[in-house]
Amino acid sequence: MAISRRDFLKLVGAGAVAFSLPASRVQAKGRFVRAENSHAMLYDSVKCVGCRACQTACKARSGLPYEPDPTGLYEMPRDLSANTWTIIKLYDGPQQDAFVKQQCMHCIDPACVSVCPVAALEKTPEGPVIYHGERCIGCRYCMAACPFGIPKSQWDKALPLIQKCDFCADRLAAGGKPACGEACPTGALIYGSRKQMLETAHERLNADATYFPHVYGETEAGGTSMLYISNVNYTNLGLPKLPEKELPSITWPYMAAVPAVIGVMVTLSTGIYLRTHRGENGASKKKEE
Amino acid sequence: MAARSFSARYPQLHLRRYKVGPGIIFIWILGALGLGVAVYRWIAGLGATTNLSDGRGWGLWISFDMMSGIGLAAGAFTVAAVVYIFNLKKFYPIVRPAILTGFISYLLAAFTLLVDLGQPQRIWHLLIYWNIHSPLFEIGWCVMLYTTVLALEFSPVVFEALGWKVPLKIIRAITIPLIVAGITLSTMHQSTLGTMLTILPYRIHPLWYSPLMPLYFYLTAIAAGLAMTVFESYHSARTYGFPFELKLFSSLVKIIPYVLGLYLALRVGELFVTGKYMHLLEGGAPAVMWFIEIIGGVIIPLLFFADRKTREDADGIVWAAFFTMGGLILNRVNSAMIFMDGAFYMPSWSELAVTFGLTAFGVILFDAAVRFLPLFPEPKPETVKQL
Repeated sequence: MAISRRDFLKLVGAGAVAFSLPASRVQAKGRFVRAENSHAMLYDSVKCVGCRACQTACKARSGLPYEPDPTGLYEMPRDLSANTWTIIKLYDGPQQDAFVKQQCMHCIDPACVSVCPVAALEKTPEGPVIYHGERCIGCRYCMAACPFGIPKSQWDKALPLIQKCDFCADRLAAGGKPACGEACPTGALIYGSRKQMLETAHERLNADATYFPHVYGETEAGGTSMLYISNVNYTNLGLPKLPEKELPSITWPYMAAVPAVIGVMVTLSTGIYLRTHRGENGASKKKEE
Repeated sequence: MAARSFSARYPQLHLRRYKVGPGIIFIWILGALGLGVAVYRWIAGLGATTNLSDGRGWGLWISFDMMSGIGLAAGAFTVAAVVYIFNLKKFYPIVRPAILTGFISYLLAAFTLLVDLGQPQRIWHLLIYWNIHSPLFEIGWCVMLYTTVLALEFSPVVFEALGWKVPLKIIRAITIPLIVAGITLSTMHQSTLGTMLTILPYRIHPLWYSPLMPLYFYLTAIAAGLAMTVFESYHSARTYGFPFELKLFSSLVKIIPYVLGLYLALRVGELFVTGKYMHLLEGGAPAVMWFIEIIGGVIIPLLFFADRKTREDADGIVWAAFFTMGGLILNRVNSAMIFMDGAFYMPSWSELAVTFGLTAFGVILFDAAVRFLPLFPEPKPETVKQL
């Protein structure tokens, strides 16, 4: 009984200390400001014609193989996979149709980066969430934690790595554009700073009332670098309804409490030991029951 | 000096001729199969051998072998705390088997992790690439350190048998720091296994998802770890033909109703505070499983352990232990597998073979330790049969 009650108080206490730390709150407020100038993309589902030029440009740039069906015929992939980092899907709604492009959202505060035990995933200040495959141990925690279901594993390999869109970080660093955005012939997929992209998105929403009145990615899971506007509700496009709370802020208070847990447990155990062994020394040890 | 024979030099290290029945032979076969399938999985890859997919990255190995296995191994730290920290010396006879059980469970959990990881040869990357934000990073470190602590805590048995005085003296001198380290490391990673799931609020069913999961995991580990010690000791006593220390265990398990009671109050209370009890009224598989887990895995063992007649009866205490362990396993499997949102999943035969095989392998390791090391009283002549 003593153990459980003591531990309960300890956890509550440590948690309370960690929750009251101001650092994470301040960080959250400044998050959007800091991301203003990072790279971002805006996908306008109304302008998209579903040509999939982005999809092929992505495969060409990343050297990803096309995925044949079981008879060996090449066909369109049905979903994101280790070899398909972006995909165009069509929502065939009762009133309206809408295309949607899926790829890594490049969250401002990504869950995958937070959970990776070996820091194989990294959020760069420039915007892209990149993957250091040489570090990866293949635990697949990132796959579980990503609220968008983006990281994919190479299931067919004996030593699989995680694969996902890297926002063409190499091309961006060299002053270039992301391959998918460059390939888009209709202007449905544009690229710029996050601030510019949000301005453009809101301009289009204000100018045209047929748009669904929300920019997806502006606040979802703490904001993403990939932003969406569409004429249908985003839940129809496979984009989950997410609160503004960034996922890493859930686990961080617990992790931040670890030093306190260590301190409390060592002190308590030692204290109880000293108390229960009072008056006991080397000479009288044998007398104990 | 004439070389003495091995058995003359180390009289305690002889093979104890316990009976080899069909049970242990079956377990050897299961263990060998499991190891074989594990090797096949390393060669062929996860895609070819498991039913895991992009929509279901974690399956049976994570929720059962890892999460439940580590939870059930908590008896090693609780019993050590009871004896060495709380100074309840009468429980000393339980310590060694409890530590051995814990040590083997951690070895198996680490081994399953190697089977589950995509890049098992890089497990040591945890040592050099740090991410203090990751619950799994902390679990990895704690499990590595705690397995070392358990090995050291168990080492006196080996040193005594070998008659090595100096290492024995060193270990005895650092016993208390080791026990304190073990308690601290266990508290950390047992609760962090729950923290690990808190970052999946959109994937885990609300009846299991909770910000209190770290505390739930810790409490259930304490209860089920002690239950596992009872379960293991009962079966050791039966298998190796010595009396089961019923009186001692009935006294030890008196703490379990308090732990389970607190856990039950928090879990049920939370449902009403947050309004999540609505999911119970909705019915369906989650509600049914929740009731099975809470009634079968918490309330029944709580009542069994709280009832003096039941807990002082060998059958009663073992059934109560069995239900407690089942409650922990159901909880881990429900939260990290069955009611975790994702692609449809049923474990493949390879996954089942590895899970059953490694569990069997744990029994084999325990059996080997009992046969080669002075853990239990020597077998009585009437129970001895030729190997």
